[in-house]
Amino acid sequence: MATGDLCTVERRGRVHLITLPGAGEHRLNPALISAIRSAVAAACASPGAGALVMAAEGKFFCNGYDLAWARGDPSGRIAAVRAARRGLVADLLALPMPTVAAVTGHAAAAGCGLALAHDTVVMRASRGFLYMGEVDAGIKIIDYFGELLRQKVPDAATRRDLVMKGEKMTAAEAVRRGIVDLAVDGGVDDVVAAAVTIAEGLAARGWDGEIVAEIRKAAWPELWSKVKDYGCDAPSRPRL
Amino acid sequence: MATQNLCTVERRGRVHLITLTGAGEHRLNPALLSAIRSAVAASAGAGALVLAAEGKYFSNGFDQAWASTAPRHLQATMGGEFRGLVADLLALPMPTVAAVTGHAAAAGCGLVLAHDAVIMRGSRGFLYMSEVDAGLKLVDFFAEVFREKVPDAVNRRDLLLRGDRMAAPEAVRRGIVDKAVDGGVEDVVNAAVAEAEKLAARGWDGEVVAEIRKAAWPNLWSKVKDYGADAPAAAARPRL
Repeated sequence: MATGDLCTVERRGRVHLITLPGAGEHRLNPALISAIRSAVAAACASPGAGALVMAAEGKFFCNGYDLAWARGDPSGRIAAVRAARRGLVADLLALPMPTVAAVTGHAAAAGCGLALAHDTVVMRASRGFLYMGEVDAGIKIIDYFGELLRQKVPDAATRRDLVMKGEKMTAAEAVRRGIVDLAVDGGVDDVVAAAVTIAEGLAARGWDGEIVAEIRKAAWPELWSKVKDYGCDAPSRPRL
Repeated sequence: MATQNLCTVERRGRVHLITLTGAGEHRLNPALLSAIRSAVAASAGAGALVLAAEGKYFSNGFDQAWASTAPRHLQATMGGEFRGLVADLLALPMPTVAAVTGHAAAAGCGLVLAHDAVIMRGSRGFLYMSEVDAGLKLVDFFAEVFREKVPDAVNRRDLLLRGDRMAAPEAVRRGIVDKAVDGGVEDVVNAAVAEAEKLAARGWDGEVVAEIRKAAWPNLWSKVKDYGADAPAAAARPRL
């Protein structure tokens, strides 16, 4: 699979950096999710990797599901991409190292969820927003995605504004509301550099990766229970 | 049992004050846990409880040194006794206040959070969930203490997944601790007793306080209730 076209992987010191390349919207379909999951799995296999950063090129971090592709077979394809993303979230939750999302551009819907599935979120200050566009697009938010939002956006008013009002939240606002850890001035590369620096700092703590994964699952148990059967380490074939 | 070597009990007005004695780390081993539970049980008739400590430490967690030399079946009793202490505090028919007079780490931090109110020394000492640094997993009910008492996702992430050492001003700012008190250990204890006396003065029906507390933290209660002093199967060996 030409995953290099879909996401690139590089090591910077102890940081395993995954980048969604190109100027497109990085919309999630099974092919892209599969490539990302391969890249995430490669982090575990990469000797000395101590933290993961997920970033993107261009104007978008990830603009959600590939709805154009899904229209080819609406009921089947939406279910397939949801199941694939559930697996990606499981892989991130079970990852034996700290994770940092570098929200270099717009993160909408499933893309916003992908960012929030990381331990730490840094975001470009001057451009881009978090946008739970489902309410505007008429798409439901299914159980594990709702759980992700409940766990990572516990403040009721903020969650309401994001999900029920479809508010487009800039980095400054997201930091103020406690959803994003850091707003970074400058361009895409500056955001990535900041994320890598944070990730390097976390890697330098020298934590036992299995412990990090176990504590993370204990910190977000309801979310973990809803996705764990879909992860790459799940004992049986996931129910789709 | 020479419990007075481990903790003292005194009444100040309507407040039942338990103090972990001595300059040591007040590591929670079965002997100390048993002494604290006896002291908690002796609070019958009081209007509020305060748990404090002497010296530089409130409690530095489980007695790992003891656990590494103890027979396996006894190691489990340490966890079971701690679970039982949390159950006793949750079921206590009076308000509870933790006087964090010094460092509270790991199980010591969990013990603090199991109280209704937390007063902490302003100038010294920190809350520290050391498990990630020490390579230890969190048992389910322990993580539940944090989920219920530290609902903010970022605070929980910083404490559990980053092992941040949190001093009183930071903890107050983040809503984990109610109040930071300047001065020495005695000042913290006096402030906690004053707070407890105010709560006792409300004249609440103790059974109602206990039932409301259990209803407020139901997930935590369900995970510890079988270990409490009043648990129906207390005579039977707890499932560990």
